[in-house]
Amino acid sequence: MTPLTGYLLLSAMIFSVGLAGALSRRNAILVLIGIELMLNAANLNFIAFWRYGPNPAALTGIMFTIFSIGIAAAEAAVGLGIILAVYRHTKNTDLDQMNSMKG
Amino acid sequence: MSIIFLILAAITITGASAAMGLRNLIHCVLALTLGFVGLAMLYLELGAQFVGFTQILVYVGAVAILSVFAIMMTRSAGPDAEAEAALSASWISGLVVAGATFAVLAWAIITSNITAAASAQPEVSVKDIGNALMHNYAVPLEIMGLLLTAALIGAVIVAMPQEKAP
Repeated sequence: MTPLTGYLLLSAMIFSVGLAGALSRRNAILVLIGIELMLNAANLNFIAFWRYGPNPAALTGIMFTIFSIGIAAAEAAVGLGIILAVYRHTKNTDLDQMNSMKG
Repeated sequence: MSIIFLILAAITITGASAAMGLRNLIHCVLALTLGFVGLAMLYLELGAQFVGFTQILVYVGAVAILSVFAIMMTRSAGPDAEAEAALSASWISGLVVAGATFAVLAWAIITSNITAAASAQPEVSVKDIGNALMHNYAVPLEIMGLLLTAALIGAVIVAMPQEKAP
């Protein structure tokens, strides 16, 4: 078992944990946290492939991870802002109760 | 497969699982911080120092604190008070979907023919990263700055209390 396999398996495990949380928790903030965990699993994959790839001097994995972290920060800020706006409107963060746009 | 990797992997998985499984929301975010720190240590062990410290700055320093503030501002409103049943239908379906996803991913990883030998640790200085950001990746960097500005303004406007129309 090469080290790269270990990192890939760990990344798959983190992704699955985040997916389970995002699918089964009912608090909107925890669903957002689960999505953050899934993004982090993808970042770990990028870094592992960069480290064990054929050309680590090209820095592609590191660059992609830096931009991905920036986008995740923007996503977290906007997501929490939306959750606060919804909370002010409905006094609730339960996703099952947020059905005012239900068709 | 070094012993350091196993320890860091155990820390990260423990933090992530606790963040998704605990009842108290504040405890969830604290466990999430542990998971992020473990990930940062994994980046450091892989030789990506800059990404590791960025991870600590952005996730442990900003995202976790932001989540704590959001949880404290929406306190006593979550669904946890009304006894979120530990083994309800949504929990079971979520765990089944996540387990199936992990099974498919692990099957693909294990059956694939990975021949990456343990090469020497690549030396990457912050100067190299800065040069690459200023030359090859200058346009993506500018676009990222624009996106972050727009997200900041948008988040403030969305979360701002709306004035009553006169």
